[in-house]
Amino acid sequence: MNPSPRRTRIAAGTIAIAALALAACTPGSGDGGETDDATSAPSGEVSTDVAAMGEQTLVVWDQEVRGGQAEQMERLNEAFEAEYENVSIDRVTQSNDDLTATLRLALTGDDAPDVTQANNSRSQMGQFVSAGQIISLDPYAEAYGWADRFSESVLQNTSYSADGVTFGEGELFGLPQVGEVVGVYYSKAKLDELGLEVPQTWADFEEQLGTIAEAGETPLVLGNLDQWPALHVFGPVQGAFVDPEEVRALGFGNAGASWTTEENLEAATTIADWAEAGYFNEGFNGADYDAVWQSFTEGTGVYLIGGSWLAADIEAAMGEDVGFFAPPPVEEGAGRVTTGGIGIPFAITSQAENPDLAAAYIDFITSEEAMAILAETGNMPVVETADHMPEAGLQADIYGAYADVTENGALLPYLDWATPTMGDTLGQALQGLLDGQIDAQQFADTVETDYAEFVAANE
Amino acid sequence: MRGGVASPAPGSSPTGIAPSAPRSRTARSRRRRGGGWAPYGFLLPGFVVYAVFLLYPLGRAVQISLYDWDGLSLATFVGLANYADVVTDPALRDAFAHALVLIFFFSVLPLGIGLVLAALLTRARVRGMAFFRTVVFLPQVIAMVVVAVAWRQIYAPDGQLNTALRAVGLDALTRTWLGDYTLTLPAVGFIGTWVSTGLVTVLLMAGMARIPGELYEAATLDGAGPVRTFLSITVPSVRAEVVVALTLTIIAALKTFDLIYVTTSGGPGTSTTVPSYEVYRRAFELGEVGSAAAVAVVLTALIFLINVGVNRIGERER
Repeated sequence: MNPSPRRTRIAAGTIAIAALALAACTPGSGDGGETDDATSAPSGEVSTDVAAMGEQTLVVWDQEVRGGQAEQMERLNEAFEAEYENVSIDRVTQSNDDLTATLRLALTGDDAPDVTQANNSRSQMGQFVSAGQIISLDPYAEAYGWADRFSESVLQNTSYSADGVTFGEGELFGLPQVGEVVGVYYSKAKLDELGLEVPQTWADFEEQLGTIAEAGETPLVLGNLDQWPALHVFGPVQGAFVDPEEVRALGFGNAGASWTTEENLEAATTIADWAEAGYFNEGFNGADYDAVWQSFTEGTGVYLIGGSWLAADIEAAMGEDVGFFAPPPVEEGAGRVTTGGIGIPFAITSQAENPDLAAAYIDFITSEEAMAILAETGNMPVVETADHMPEAGLQADIYGAYADVTENGALLPYLDWATPTMGDTLGQALQGLLDGQIDAQQFADTVETDYAEFVAANE
Repeated sequence: MRGGVASPAPGSSPTGIAPSAPRSRTARSRRRRGGGWAPYGFLLPGFVVYAVFLLYPLGRAVQISLYDWDGLSLATFVGLANYADVVTDPALRDAFAHALVLIFFFSVLPLGIGLVLAALLTRARVRGMAFFRTVVFLPQVIAMVVVAVAWRQIYAPDGQLNTALRAVGLDALTRTWLGDYTLTLPAVGFIGTWVSTGLVTVLLMAGMARIPGELYEAATLDGAGPVRTFLSITVPSVRAEVVVALTLTIIAALKTFDLIYVTTSGGPGTSTTVPSYEVYRRAFELGEVGSAAAVAVVLTALIFLINVGVNRIGERER
């Protein structure tokens, strides 16, 4: 049936008015949204005596879903409940993507968790800090002596100024359990076959790529369909050319650095040349990340630049044959520089009913005993890494590389932490650079625009 | 939205309302005595549900789109600034352009294939027709995410498609289907074609089944060949079904999210970004909720307008 135009208009008008009447009140003015911007430290004295707190329930949201990650979380939670019988932990676990999507809504709603994992990037932790949704851990860091146990280079990854503008210094907003390092996986048998040794300098490494290609093998394998994997290849290359402090400023999205420097252009040119020379596998921009490292374990390619999070799976597939090294330094024997940092840190929400209990829990799951349990379950402890070093094998290589980089070299922040949009901007730009769609200068300009706009908006 | 209304009886009014039998006096006078609101009373329960679950969120989205809001703190009112941004942002314009390209693959192409397929299937007396119909319709039944995961495998550099091409000696044709700046959008669009064709075909077959056989006999007697019969009888007779098919598939094309999210995340570069993916990205990844709502509202309006247009054209020609 066709209603008359006039009646349709009246109905449409009514519906529009009804809809707007139903939706009235400023977004963000709900219960959870009303926190003042200045992140306030908990009032009064910090209490560290959990047993004296009475019956308590602690709601914890985490994204530790994979095998060893889930296991360490379960064991630590059980241990905590066994130690403090007055506390029960309500654990909600979901994949990282799901947590990212739901946390923002939860923090502004009425049922926010007490403790949650929140990525320390500006798009998450940075925004939560400036919106006052998570609290400063400084008083607790003092009470528990965290600054003594965690090195400055670890803590800066979760430090923000109280207004969220400066990243990498200021107050502490989260604490991580595990460390991560990006390096190079290789097949020992393959290297022998080609008559190569593990490279000791950056020049050696680059030269080897050419040698391997001439021998008809694929020097580097990369699965860049999802755009972010190339960031982990670019990080070490940038580390070889650019001053670590410059990369830190760029990675933390702080003022005073630039993507268009000579050194950054050199790094961009290098990685573009690699692609041009055919050092990567055919069709890497359309290849799936997981499929590529799996085919690497089956003998495709010689080097795989990737993060320590792949170690457990790669070792399971390759056993004794696989090794790992941190990207070699420009000067032989110098400290090594690579991308890496921390697993997703734990933070306390401003809606936590008992922040003292939440802090005691975070201290517990990052304690010395916890580090031992983390190592047992195949996770790399963020501190005291050398104490828990496995005897041999891939994990030993990785622990060694992480310890070496954090102590003697420089562990650089993930570049996508810099601005809320940087992950996409850099991922798209790198895809274009490696495909030959844009040159190094255009690449640098694109990324610089994103960085500079963000820095300008913060001033 | 109009359903597949059968062609009105001959002699009906142009608005499509069949002339009703003359009403009796009593009925008319009863209506004048205030019974005019009774029908709305019956509509009320349904309308309340509709208002709570659809109109309220829609109104809220429109409202949020007028604010600069990160989804965390108190929003600030910015009027139409988000919409100005939508119009001027080249990245978003590209996303809408990609969605229009997808309309070709989701709607136009399946309609062409579907018309021919349905005509063949309806006119030809083949055994095992029900089976074939099921096979054609199957992609429609599978969740889009599953379809996307499967095609992501097929399109992989050493996936089934390239393997098959190599097997028949067509190595020169192998491509990085999901990592090629010119080919990826058509490649993803083709998945849409594969999904939509079944639905369109089944819809059109239902329409063609109703065409009286005498028409075809008459056409044959007049000396029309199969192509002529198809163009002069089959196609005009299923106009209503074509409108429905276009409406459904255009909506599907414009609101494509899961397909892009799973296969390319908008890559390579930004060559396959689409508006609904932008909505998700802005709201959940970037914390630009106001801007996300503005994109969503524009997308909704666009879908609405295109479908009004399709239905108008479909009706006018009937």
